[in-house]
Amino acid sequence: MLRRFFWLVFLLVPALAAGVTLNGAGATFPYPLYAKYFSAYHKLTGVRVNYQSIGSGGGIRQLYAQTVHFGASDAPLTDEQVEAFERKFGTAVVHVPTALGAVVPIYNLPGLSTPLRFSGPLLADLFLGKVKKWNDPRIAELNPGVKLPPFPVTVVHRSDGSGTTYVWTEYLAKVSQEWRDRVGVGKSVSWPTGLGGKGNEGVAGLVRQTPGAIGYAELVYAVQNKIAYGAVQNRAGKFVLADLATVKAAAAIDDFPADTRVSLTDTPAPDGYPVASFTWILVYRDLDKNRAFKSKAEAKALFDLLWWIVHDGQKLNEALHYAALPEVAVRASEANLRALRYRGEPLE
Amino acid sequence: MKARLYGKLGDALFTALLVALALGVLGVAGLLAWELWVGGAPAFRAFGFWGFTLSSEWNAVSERFGAWPFLIGTVVTSAAALILAFFPSLAAAIVVAEYAPRRLGEVVAYLIDLLAALPSVVYGLWGIFVLVPLVRDHVEQPLFLWSAEHAPALMGLLGPPTGIGMFSAVLVLALMILPYASSLARDAIRLVPREQREAMYALGATRWEVVRRVVLPYARGGIFAGVVLALARAIGETMAVTMLIGNSGQLPYSVFGPAATMASVIANEFTEAEGELHLASLLAVGFLLLLLSLAVNLIADFILRRMSVGEGRK
Repeated sequence: MLRRFFWLVFLLVPALAAGVTLNGAGATFPYPLYAKYFSAYHKLTGVRVNYQSIGSGGGIRQLYAQTVHFGASDAPLTDEQVEAFERKFGTAVVHVPTALGAVVPIYNLPGLSTPLRFSGPLLADLFLGKVKKWNDPRIAELNPGVKLPPFPVTVVHRSDGSGTTYVWTEYLAKVSQEWRDRVGVGKSVSWPTGLGGKGNEGVAGLVRQTPGAIGYAELVYAVQNKIAYGAVQNRAGKFVLADLATVKAAAAIDDFPADTRVSLTDTPAPDGYPVASFTWILVYRDLDKNRAFKSKAEAKALFDLLWWIVHDGQKLNEALHYAALPEVAVRASEANLRALRYRGEPLE
Repeated sequence: MKARLYGKLGDALFTALLVALALGVLGVAGLLAWELWVGGAPAFRAFGFWGFTLSSEWNAVSERFGAWPFLIGTVVTSAAALILAFFPSLAAAIVVAEYAPRRLGEVVAYLIDLLAALPSVVYGLWGIFVLVPLVRDHVEQPLFLWSAEHAPALMGLLGPPTGIGMFSAVLVLALMILPYASSLARDAIRLVPREQREAMYALGATRWEVVRRVVLPYARGGIFAGVVLALARAIGETMAVTMLIGNSGQLPYSVFGPAATMASVIANEFTEAEGELHLASLLAVGFLLLLLSLAVNLIADFILRRMSVGEGRK
């Protein structure tokens, strides 16, 4: 009996000692992708990564509380948040983009075969409750030849705080003065009208159940669940249907910022889908300032992991319907990762 | 000798254990209230206790928070659900305990108790996929169209007939709390002594008279306890309500339109609340919810006491 127990210990100890374990927490939107990354990376290197998808806000809080090696967020840190980290810990926070996501307008109008076309100001007025019927001339004007039913418009939005809402409201605020003044931008906002559903599935469920409903959801969710979604007119005037190519094209902008904290909504890119966004992994630049790190080996493991994600890992994106990083974002991330330090030493 | 010593020691240990566990429960409850208070304090400080409780603006963008819409939502939905559930639950209890043959009564009682065992997310799903389309097509839209034609003044009160909203949430909530009210009422009715009934029958009373004059007055303490338990459940219910109520804190509420409750707003916004004040406000809502539950229980306790005094006098 006892001997058997000893064998167990012998079997377990090497397994425990072998790999470094990294912990992360944050956004739910990229969770399926991250789960894939981390299992592939574990097979490749033996490094174990635990990721808890507790939401972007929670990820930032955990990073601030130093309980995790990295956080993850669908929205970049605000300038105040960046300053808060600098003041408290004396280090910058590095944003590493991992993928691109998009938010699409979904609707429930029986009998339509082609995707509806929306313009930014029209979407804003729909979500402000100002366009009340589907056969409104403003919708008909953008969709010639489409027979629009005289249904009342029922707006469906997220009831939980969400990066999806952030991207959606940021876009609406950029294209509508009234949205900017009355509602603003945030993960949860004070909606002027409509029903709230919890999560992408909640919104999609309500839209499916309610004829005449319009809502918004992650592209990944809409594609996987085969929900019809509309095309949105971008700044260049083109009606763009979100897919991997148009979402990736949204990041093809001239003045890409070095810290990658860039908003891609209402992108000037001529072929880009206008409601797209990066999702980021967040780490301290001086990794030793984060109490979660116990050794340089852990810091090195994190560096290698992130390097792998922005290069080889990107091949996993498209199979899961996440757009891969464009070249500019990879170059910027390389420079940012090279700047990571552990007790002043580079990790490359 | 040895046995007795052992017994005494065991007794002492057992007493100590019980006291420790009982105090532990008290401690946990106290700690809970304290933590909610401390967590919510920044919100109370920023807006004032009454300013926070009575303000109806909840806006995470401008960082102005008030709990009033959610307080109203919780009170209205749970009160309405209780009113809806009360008579059916009492009727079910009377049927099971008094009228039905024993076998049938057992089956019905079992099924009612089973309602309490269903997870609330299942109620939510059933609500979304079955109840909402039914209510929308056969209750809300006909009523709405009727009022549009005959009583336009009512339309604002009724609200948009989308199926998702206060009305569906209250229906499901009533169904969820029914077993609690019913099961306590049933036990109380069964505890009514045989002699009481027999005496009444001996006087020539009908079955209905026995129920009305003997069973219900005698069992009212238990029935009321069931009502309180059901109300407490309704106040705290989160998942099913969140799935069905439409989650909009915009006052004024309408009968069919969306609303929000204290529990639903916490469940919705807690994970992604980033601003310190937003998080504090959610905890403050939790604290108010605790106060509301406490108030309900205290009032219930007071009424129960009055009831038993009345019984003693009789």
